[in-house]
Amino acid sequence: MNLFNIVEEIEKVDPEFKERVSPRRDAIKNITSFGSKVAVAALPFALGSLFKKAYAAAPAAASVTDVLNYALTLEYLESYFYNQGTAAAGLIPASDKAYIADITDDENAHVKFLQDVIKQLGGTPVDSPKFDLTAGNGSGNGPFKDVLTNYQTFLAVSETFEDTGVRAYKGAAPDLLGNQVVLTAALSIHAVEARHASAIRYLRTIRGYEEIAVWINSTAGLGNDTGIALVNGNYKGEDNVMQGGVDVSKLLDSNGKPIGQIDAAAAFDEPLSMQDVLALLVGSFIVH
Amino acid sequence: MKSEITETSGGINLARRSFLKYAGAGAATVGFLAVASSCKKLDGVAPRSLDSTSSGGIDIGSGDYGILNYAFALEQLEAAFYIQVVATPYSGMSDNEKECFSTIRQHEVCHREFFKTALAGNAIPDLTPDFSKIDFNSRTSVIATAKAFEDLGVQAYDGAGYLIQDPGYLTIAGKIVSVEARHAAYIRNLVTFGDYAGNDVVDMNGLNKASSIAEVLPIANTFLKTKISASHYGYTA
Repeated sequence: MNLFNIVEEIEKVDPEFKERVSPRRDAIKNITSFGSKVAVAALPFALGSLFKKAYAAAPAAASVTDVLNYALTLEYLESYFYNQGTAAAGLIPASDKAYIADITDDENAHVKFLQDVIKQLGGTPVDSPKFDLTAGNGSGNGPFKDVLTNYQTFLAVSETFEDTGVRAYKGAAPDLLGNQVVLTAALSIHAVEARHASAIRYLRTIRGYEEIAVWINSTAGLGNDTGIALVNGNYKGEDNVMQGGVDVSKLLDSNGKPIGQIDAAAAFDEPLSMQDVLALLVGSFIVH
Repeated sequence: MKSEITETSGGINLARRSFLKYAGAGAATVGFLAVASSCKKLDGVAPRSLDSTSSGGIDIGSGDYGILNYAFALEQLEAAFYIQVVATPYSGMSDNEKECFSTIRQHEVCHREFFKTALAGNAIPDLTPDFSKIDFNSRTSVIATAKAFEDLGVQAYDGAGYLIQDPGYLTIAGKIVSVEARHAAYIRNLVTFGDYAGNDVVDMNGLNKASSIAEVLPIANTFLKTKISASHYGYTA
């Protein structure tokens, strides 16, 4: 959705739109002048009221709430995963409880935040789907069946969720282009998911489970560096080195040598489309 | 609440955008390389998109090239820093730390060289860093600076993302910012285990702090001999 286009479109059919939302015809300017006073988190509320003021219960464009509901679904999955993990006795060692709790808090906050934003935009937050953390599509007997009893498996699944979450937000960002408030919020969640991905990868390494970098070190032809072949699909395309038509692996480093495949691929994370993400998760982690 | 968008950056941008939209002069979307290669002919000529009349050093200009040049400036700063860290290691730098800094250096150089290649004739010049405030012999000083640069980079990309008009450029910025966030979390974990997403950078809604151009550049400029301005975004050095 492009907010400015929407306002333009509305004005075509309703020349008095701006008059309705602001007697001083400066409603558009007001959207950002709020920015100096309130946080980004609160801005969607301002936007929501702008439209409500003009058209009683008129909903915002479907595409934005669709994107936000998609993000919410992924956050439901992550939040469910960490809450179940936290509740599972003996799963998370005492040394890592606070570490995992911080991620859990963030994911729970994302759920709440996205629900609030969707409501304020006049949409309806989707309900949480049913999950199977073993990736067994409801059987509870999928490939990760010891996910809540074996800490190594828990962290492996966690890492995949976080890396996939980063890819999902990145893939959806262009759909929010032109919407300052929602795009900035989505980018801000995206960065936090990347921090989580880094944090979980670091934990897997220092606990001795898998020697793995905090960024994705793909080799040519294989995006997946996690050591878990089952999730190859979640990393498909991470080995890409073409950026904006430039082969960045051939650019020269500070010693005058080509940067090469691994560092070039690691320097850029890749997006996944909504369709790809849902195809990966629905029927395994998200019960069909 | 930390995640504020300043009135300055948001207001000016929006005013410009609204003007362009209402004037029917929305920017045409052109392929990155199509533009970049055609502008190679302009080597040695000041790019038209840059405002050379500004008194505050180099102006990033406006539009998508302005934002990409903003990113290019920050990547130049980060790359120069890690090149120096690896070239003059502090005493007692562990093998693990050396490998970490070397790899991050490669990533940042990759980002820098990417922007330079892609922007071609529209790129701002190479900048000269001023690292006199950093004690490269001190582990504490180096790691604290790395943490500050990485967090600042994430906030800068997140805060400027909405200013990008072309979906392709936005995706590329997104591809870079998550890697910067991975760096940031890693460095923070090295300083304090578990501080990968501390309260100083992530708010209570679980959102990373986003900063405006006018907030970021004054900080970046303290590490640059060549000062950067962004007159279209409310900041002149």
